[in-house]
Amino acid sequence: MLTKRIIPCFDVLDGRVVKHVGFLENRRDAGDPIELAEEYSREGADELVLLDISASEEGRLATHRVVSEVANRINIPLTVGGGVSTVDDVRALLLAGADKVSMNTGAVRNPQLIKEAAHRFGEQCVVVAIDANLNQHMGKYEVMIQGGKVGTGMDVITWAKRVAELGAGEILLTSFRQDGTRNGYDLILTRLVSEAVNVPVIASGGAGKKEHFWQVLTDGKADAALAASVFHFAETSIGQVKSYLRQKGVPVRWSAVNAG
Amino acid sequence: MIAVLDLGIGNLSSVRSGFARVGEDTVVVDKGEVYTALAAERKDLTGILLPGVGAFGDAMFQLRVSGLLGVVRQAIREGRPLLGICLGMQLLFSISEEHGSNVGLGVFPGRVVRFPNSVKVPHMGWNDLTVVKDHPLLRGVRRGDYVYFVHSYYAVPQEPEHLLAAAQYGNTQVPAVMAKGSTFGVQFHPEKSGSVGGLILANFVEICRAWYAAHGEEGRPDAGGGISLVSRD
Repeated sequence: MLTKRIIPCFDVLDGRVVKHVGFLENRRDAGDPIELAEEYSREGADELVLLDISASEEGRLATHRVVSEVANRINIPLTVGGGVSTVDDVRALLLAGADKVSMNTGAVRNPQLIKEAAHRFGEQCVVVAIDANLNQHMGKYEVMIQGGKVGTGMDVITWAKRVAELGAGEILLTSFRQDGTRNGYDLILTRLVSEAVNVPVIASGGAGKKEHFWQVLTDGKADAALAASVFHFAETSIGQVKSYLRQKGVPVRWSAVNAG
Repeated sequence: MIAVLDLGIGNLSSVRSGFARVGEDTVVVDKGEVYTALAAERKDLTGILLPGVGAFGDAMFQLRVSGLLGVVRQAIREGRPLLGICLGMQLLFSISEEHGSNVGLGVFPGRVVRFPNSVKVPHMGWNDLTVVKDHPLLRGVRRGDYVYFVHSYYAVPQEPEHLLAAAQYGNTQVPAVMAKGSTFGVQFHPEKSGSVGGLILANFVEICRAWYAAHGEEGRPDAGGGISLVSRD
């Protein structure tokens, strides 16, 4: 049976991991990405997502070096995203060692990027990240870009179906409203998207305790759950989350590491 | 040393790291003549890895134009250990329905078909294995161990005796590990499958070494002469 995946995510700025403290712009250095990747891998992470938030060219190159080092050290899949807007960006990250590349604003601006990347490198390595926010005027979830700052007027469900048709192998769905709150995932949003498309959906945004993972992987119908701060701040561990899910009857990858 | 065939499609660094973690060197080979020269030069060239990312038809085309098809066919003929990963395993089947109809290497009689729409496609993530046949390739692997899959097509073998392990996805039984003589295929990615994947790579390395100890010298082709090997680091 295919198991539900628990995926820790971390932001990399100029080659260093940064943690969000509070909301949005407050960040602090959280150390060495390779150490953190190895630690998560040991704890039973099913994949890793690394998001490059560097603004400069030098910062991006530093992140590429981090991707290479992390990829060589861990033996679980690695997804890398952040600022991907061309097929060359995708290629560069794959060559650096990413197994999958996540695109967001770049895909909204140029949807053909999804098709081209899927054709050149295979659907399995194309992840489209969708930032969703409930727009009261639209009465719908709206696709947001540029880190959630700019609304597009596009309906999330319509966009999710479109990216799947264009060749996305997976959707990384973030609830902008829930992100950073640790109040739980947006179950309604996640279920809507997961039922609308036939590709796997990773839920993101709002994880604060182990129960939230259970909710989104059952009621939310997500195939995987991503979390950042809840693991960084050690409020719960990957092992604890998996142990809880297992008790609840959710299929998870279980290893000697988790048992010990 | 394992020769990793480069079909010009995917990134080979993770599979090379996988072998490095179990203490085996790899060399990337992108042309038939490069392999021939290398095999003549290096006494420790043991097995062949056929990786696979991309589409079936493109990969078969690349095998042909690069001259690596001959390398693969010769390895199969002489019984040199060969491991196909993911698409690399599917290439070992007779035919694939991916983007039309493409003929494969035909080691394992059977077709490669797309998953039905009743399940999410790709089949992506960690799935448990059911070992159906004991084999040195799976030494230490237990029923219920998890490995990482990512594929939209799966194989339907005609001859069940080639199946070593399977994974259940929805109503589909996915052949996960195939073997015929010293030719092996795994549908999942052992290089991304944690310690269980490492075990399988280590077992393959052992099989390669044992084969080479028994047959290596006679199996070596004549020198192709003067062509340097290609390596990507």
